Amino acid sequence: MLDIDVKLNHGSFQLHAQFQSSHLVTGLFGPSGAGKSSVLNLIAGLLTPQQGHIIVDGTPLFDSRQDINLPAHRRRIGLVFQDARLFPHLSVRHNLLYGYHLLKPDQRQIHLDTVVELLEIGHLLGQSVQKLSGGEKQRVGLGRALLTSPRLLLLDEPLAALDERLKQQILPFLLKTRDELRLPMLYVSHALAEIHYLTDSVAFLDKGQIVSAQ
Amino acid sequence: MLELSEQEIAALLLSLKIAGWSTLLSCPLAIIIGWWLARYEFFGKALVDGLVHLPLVLPPIVPGYLLLLCFGHNGFIGKWLYQSFGVSLAFNWKGAVLASMVMALPLIVRSVRLSITAIDRGLENAARTLGASPVRVFFTITLPLAAPGILVGAVLGFSRSLGEFGATITFVGNIEGETRTLPLAIYTATQVPGGDGPAARLVILSVLLALLALIISDLLNRKLYRNAGR
Repeated sequence: MLDIDVKLNHGSFQLHAQFQSSHLVTGLFGPSGAGKSSVLNLIAGLLTPQQGHIIVDGTPLFDSRQDINLPAHRRRIGLVFQDARLFPHLSVRHNLLYGYHLLKPDQRQIHLDTVVELLEIGHLLGQSVQKLSGGEKQRVGLGRALLTSPRLLLLDEPLAALDERLKQQILPFLLKTRDELRLPMLYVSHALAEIHYLTDSVAFLDKGQIVSAQ
Repeated sequence: MLELSEQEIAALLLSLKIAGWSTLLSCPLAIIIGWWLARYEFFGKALVDGLVHLPLVLPPIVPGYLLLLCFGHNGFIGKWLYQSFGVSLAFNWKGAVLASMVMALPLIVRSVRLSITAIDRGLENAARTLGASPVRVFFTITLPLAAPGILVGAVLGFSRSLGEFGATITFVGNIEGETRTLPLAIYTATQVPGGDGPAARLVILSVLLALLALIISDLLNRKLYRNAGR
């Protein structure tokens, strides 16, 4: 499902990430500064590795040997950020539909009604994103990524900015996303408990190297 | 008290026309240059930056004279424009628009550049992962978020164009009905005996116009900031 082997030299920081996973949800665990976010940015196409390959569901997104490097906007990889990154000039509804509207109609597998129901955000649709609480922002950010019907959903410490109570509120939504949408996910966190809540498949990243994968 | 003569109304309308065109044509140019300067490192960036900002620090007569040399009837661009398109800029209102643009551009570029630098690149990256091409990211994320800064720049540029004097009189002269804008009309009035009355009226008019522009910019800005929720 996921086959990654990439090398990135970014100044003094060297990253070599190599792992495969056939699980629906794969965890990527490691301390701060280990390069977890870089791995996600490489998969999403926001960073370009010097060499290697990134293959998702049999589709090569990057392959230095075959000279393949799909630009970020053609990869159809959903990315949920730690800080949500909602567009401040758009309402919740327009944030959610930003990527959905860019899909061809036959590519739209996940629809607004489904996401609104799954994440319980119907009452927020007309609001401006500034008025949202941290947990609501994160749900909208997740919904926005889901609505692009991605082939893989990357989650970059989506709970790190939330307090314990909110974490407990969001985790069930992630579980529902996994079970109801059957969407492959790569979940990055420095909290192992979060990862184990969603999957048994974990890759450990330390100082830019995959130390072990199970 | 403010009963304007026909010539004074003509000067006012001409000023608005020239400042309007100048702002309209400068803004797209300033957005491109401002974005370029804000986002890219390239060889000669300091030079481009310096050239754009030069009119801000030069005596206005210098850009005016350079415009005359380049775009005058015998200037190398002016001659080519006239022979190829039959367009002449020297000593008519279109030339005044060009002079205003040169003088207003640095103000708009500065404002645009600052507002684009302040935009969180993370938002643009988020848009890319959602399937937006670079052009779409620019028009749906970058430009709307920079809008307050662009607007402030546009109002500054418009006001600067309304007040343009030195480059204009050097490049296109002081021709009634063609290039005699408000500042030139004030200057003309002060040069003739008994011109104090007309000069005072035009000065009051200029102050009112400038105040109006500032108030409009403030209102628009507040509205934009409220919409952007910042």
